[in-house]
Amino acid sequence: MALSSEIIKQKLLDKFGEEITGWEEPYGMITFSSNKDLNLKVLQFLYDDPELQFRFLTDLCAVHYPEKKGEEIAVVYHLHNLVDNIRIRFKINTDINQPDVFSATALYAAANWMERETFDFYGVNFIGHPNLKRILNVDDMEYFPMRKEFPLEDQTRLDKDDEMFGRN
Amino acid sequence: MSEHVKLPEGSLEKQTTTLNLGPTHPATHGVFQNIIELDGERIVGATQTVGYIHRAFEKIAEHRPLYQITPLTDRMNYCSSPINNMGWHITCERLLGVKTPKRVDYLRIIIMELARISDHLICNSIVGVDSGAYTGFLYVMQYRELIYEIYEEICGSRLTTNIGRIGGFERNFTNTAFEKLEKFIKEWPIVLEEFDNLFKRNRIFMDRTIGVGPISAERALNYGFTGPNLRAAGVDYDVRVHTPYSSYEDFDFTIPVGSTGDCYDRFLVRDQEMWQSLYLIKEAYKKVQDFKGADAEIFHADLPDYYLPDKKDVYTKMEALIYHFKIVMGEIDIPAGEIYSPVEGANGELGFYLVSDGGRTPYRLHFRRPCFIYYQAYSELTKGGMLSDAIITMSSLNLIAGELDA
Repeated sequence: MALSSEIIKQKLLDKFGEEITGWEEPYGMITFSSNKDLNLKVLQFLYDDPELQFRFLTDLCAVHYPEKKGEEIAVVYHLHNLVDNIRIRFKINTDINQPDVFSATALYAAANWMERETFDFYGVNFIGHPNLKRILNVDDMEYFPMRKEFPLEDQTRLDKDDEMFGRN
Repeated sequence: MSEHVKLPEGSLEKQTTTLNLGPTHPATHGVFQNIIELDGERIVGATQTVGYIHRAFEKIAEHRPLYQITPLTDRMNYCSSPINNMGWHITCERLLGVKTPKRVDYLRIIIMELARISDHLICNSIVGVDSGAYTGFLYVMQYRELIYEIYEEICGSRLTTNIGRIGGFERNFTNTAFEKLEKFIKEWPIVLEEFDNLFKRNRIFMDRTIGVGPISAERALNYGFTGPNLRAAGVDYDVRVHTPYSSYEDFDFTIPVGSTGDCYDRFLVRDQEMWQSLYLIKEAYKKVQDFKGADAEIFHADLPDYYLPDKKDVYTKMEALIYHFKIVMGEIDIPAGEIYSPVEGANGELGFYLVSDGGRTPYRLHFRRPCFIYYQAYSELTKGGMLSDAIITMSSLNLIAGELDA
């Protein structure tokens, strides 16, 4: 029997009950969220369940919502069941002042660099990650550039003397 | 790395050699670094460093209207930028709920498959170069040139194409473009055949690639491999079939798969994909030719909010002028929503995760870049191999620095 969104929803509700919230289906992709402490349990369940088999981590990234106090940073997992060809989106929200999230590297080798990228740009601290350091930005950068409070450089700024690159 | 090597009792120095491959090394074919730990000539470990050409595209994209993001996507996998462009347009169209006309879809398929050929062509011929066979690379380059001329005829540029618009193409394909396409369809199979003969059963090439840098299907999936590299390991996952876009469902084509996931299988999979792309181009071109009269003039969807009106109309019609102004000034609000839209890039699943809050620019845009994800596996792929295997593994993975860094 092909896997449908109803079965996925039912299975998750049977297992986790009220812990799984925010059911949506924007543009046909099942989306739900959970408490951030449950993320590994949910991912493990989605991975192990013989019917669900969400074993392919397509994408992992974060989104910053400064106005949502206490859950400013959303970590978004895109998972794919390659057998039944169904994609789902799973989100957790974390406080920006204590952005500790369990790492999924034990489940997916692919999560390693994706989590490093998310750490690099949003400062999400993945607990249990084997090598959590910046990946695209320089190591001694002091901020997390994709957070909303960091603006792009002002293109009209005058204080930057940079003749080498043709801008002065 | 030195923990892998048993040092003799009382040794003071480590017994391995550290070799810095990159960031600017001719054999990396791009700006990224591998710190390779060698025991003699055998690799005991590799550490990859990326980020040398990080350009903060995701941050920039949060400050730009949709149509201005297309040039950013060019610069990811610059060997096949039309696929990135189309992927972005298709993402926007899905978000807006726009259905593009069939003719546009088929024209897009022609362009995307040409781009796939030019990308695989580079990758496979570079594998040849790195194993000491330069001839193939120089020989097939003239056909990449022809592909670039076709791009040029359609959009005016060659490498970073910015081809197409949200809703279709900026102009209809000219007759010259179709003539060049016909020339390509006619001449390319002969050259590809010769290229095949040069490599496929070439003993030296086989010895250099068979069993080099292999990965099992299970590990490849765990590492998030997609595209030819995953298919070489034996998993028949292709976005064109699993999540069809741009009317790929109208075509009956084959997905080539390998079995061992080594450099030779990756080469063969890419090679067969070029034949499949050629088939798709021919079929799509046939379908395009079936449009007659007014239908043959359709090259974009009716999408006044996002598709720039004809310049002639801008000068003469009030409505067109208003739309032109609104689009150029970026004053169109994007509908709120959240979408993940994948396309089959030349290297694998190229995904766009777009979150819109109803403003004029994306609230968040994340690019799933296949290169970035599968490059993680590099140290596992090369461990235990020879130094020369590391080079050939790197080129057969088709690592594109622009796609690593975004």
